[in-house]
Amino acid sequence: MSLAPSESAPGGAPAVATGTPAGRGGHRRPGRARSGSSRSGLARPGRRRLLTRGSVPYLLIMPAVLGFAVFKAYPIAASFWISLTTGNGDARQFAGLSNYRRLLDDPLFWTALRNTALILVVQVPLMLGLALLVALGLNSTKVWLRPLWRLGVFVPSLTGLVAAGVMFSVILNHDAGLLNWVLSLFGIDRVNWLGSPYWARVGVVLVITWHYTGYNAVMYLAGLQGIPKELYEAAMVDGAGPVRRFFAITLPQLRPILLLTVVLSTIGTLQLFDEPYVLTGGGPDNSTLTVTMYLYNNGFKYFDFGYASALAYALALIVSVLGILQVRLMGERR
Amino acid sequence: MKFRGPLLTVLLAGAFGLCVGPFWWLAMAATQDDKDVFSWPPKLLPGSHLMENLQGLQESIGLTRVLVNTLVVAGLQTVGAVVVSVLAGYAFAKFDFRGRNLFFVLLLSTLVIPDAVMLIPIFQMMMDLGLIDSYESVVLPGLVTPFGIFLMRQALRSMPDELLDAARVDGAGELRVLWRIVIPVNRPIIAALALFVFLGGWNQFVWPLIALRSPEMYTLPVATATLQGLSTTDYAQVLLAGAIAAIPVMALFLVLQRQFISGLLAGATKE
Repeated sequence: MSLAPSESAPGGAPAVATGTPAGRGGHRRPGRARSGSSRSGLARPGRRRLLTRGSVPYLLIMPAVLGFAVFKAYPIAASFWISLTTGNGDARQFAGLSNYRRLLDDPLFWTALRNTALILVVQVPLMLGLALLVALGLNSTKVWLRPLWRLGVFVPSLTGLVAAGVMFSVILNHDAGLLNWVLSLFGIDRVNWLGSPYWARVGVVLVITWHYTGYNAVMYLAGLQGIPKELYEAAMVDGAGPVRRFFAITLPQLRPILLLTVVLSTIGTLQLFDEPYVLTGGGPDNSTLTVTMYLYNNGFKYFDFGYASALAYALALIVSVLGILQVRLMGERR
Repeated sequence: MKFRGPLLTVLLAGAFGLCVGPFWWLAMAATQDDKDVFSWPPKLLPGSHLMENLQGLQESIGLTRVLVNTLVVAGLQTVGAVVVSVLAGYAFAKFDFRGRNLFFVLLLSTLVIPDAVMLIPIFQMMMDLGLIDSYESVVLPGLVTPFGIFLMRQALRSMPDELLDAARVDGAGELRVLWRIVIPVNRPIIAALALFVFLGGWNQFVWPLIALRSPEMYTLPVATATLQGLSTTDYAQVLLAGAIAAIPVMALFLVLQRQFISGLLAGATKE
């Protein structure tokens, strides 16, 4: 592709003639104040003609635009088209909304959605609550060996889902798993973690919680450390107790980061796939079948791409609606 | 409140144990004979079968080949994604151009779209290009990361414009400004991004599971999951594969944790 010289560069910027006295140093364009100053300097005249200022940002952004177009924009659009078709491979036929109608009548879709929602409602608050407690603990100067504990709680989030999955498929084993052994030390009977519909869900929740609590705790810790000390000092002068200070200062100050973690965790859990895939295969009795897993089964086991794409779009819709709701409910009110 | 410090310390030590304990058990289980993996009580001390298990993995999944695949895929992805992110982040942070805000919003909005939406068209694209079962098929879709571009934009924005302008006044071309100033000044955060991308590439599972067909192309997570799915599975081997997947990453983290955490927080807290 040819590289536009600055004179013809898109963007409506007045062309900065390379090398003319007016263009050298200090020349600032009116408007667009934010990055105006970055245009003020100029490359040495006569050198590097291809990289004149006007085309520079376009060259910089080009790989990202190309990658975005091919691997994000196109697939997102194509997937919607596929969701409106039936058939296999190249022999696709336009079928209108029939995949979406099928979805509404598909009991397995509703099962998957219910499982996903259940895991979401239990797991996200549990995990974020724990993360906040851990962060508060780590933030206390009275605690000994803080860096060690911080390190330890963060480590699970580095583990890949497969590594965590195989590890916990044995740890949660009914007859000889580590967890049941630890419970037995406290006199608790063996639990059939992955074998019963109820406990399989609990098991999946436990594993996800183990996996991501530390990551969120470290985020909260950063948020806590960014709260100005003066706020607490002023509150103490006013006679506010620890509980009052927590609700009047800590929580509101943490709101942006709380919002971020709530949205990210919700998106992540709604797309839950790896843990149930490795731990339970969606069983027993479809009790841990998630929407993404059902989508995967339809697409890459039964090769029903049309239906799988409809599932994907349904999921995207749910994710965006929930995301927007959360931002509305928790976001800054200005 | 005299006991608050010790009490909190004990509680945090408990959380530490819950988080790290499973790794200890994993490392120990990976050195046991298969029949001892499910012994009661669980073995919490090193066994003597590490070499046998390694050999078994070599025979069952071709461990060295699988490790090479994983390293190549994660390495290529890291280099590619870092380059794309630094360039785009620099453009977003320090230049004004048409479509800038629109593209930025589009980029970030893909974060709410489940990856699953993109799987099928990308799969078909890779089939049409004849790239299925190749390194390219795994690496290419991961090169544009909205997170990486966002992180770089945030980091580069805080760089003073005067620094760049001084170099330009001295006659440095844009490539030179990028290479000699932007990248060196931001090396820590770029290193953090590289770590994140590498970690993601090393651990990624769903897409390689779909894109890779032959066992000699498998990455470690795919090979491990496949091994676990076999009815004749030797669980000591599976757990060793899991340990091999988990432990280098932790070592890397221990060495570079400062970059890691600062990168994580830069993405989360700026602005």
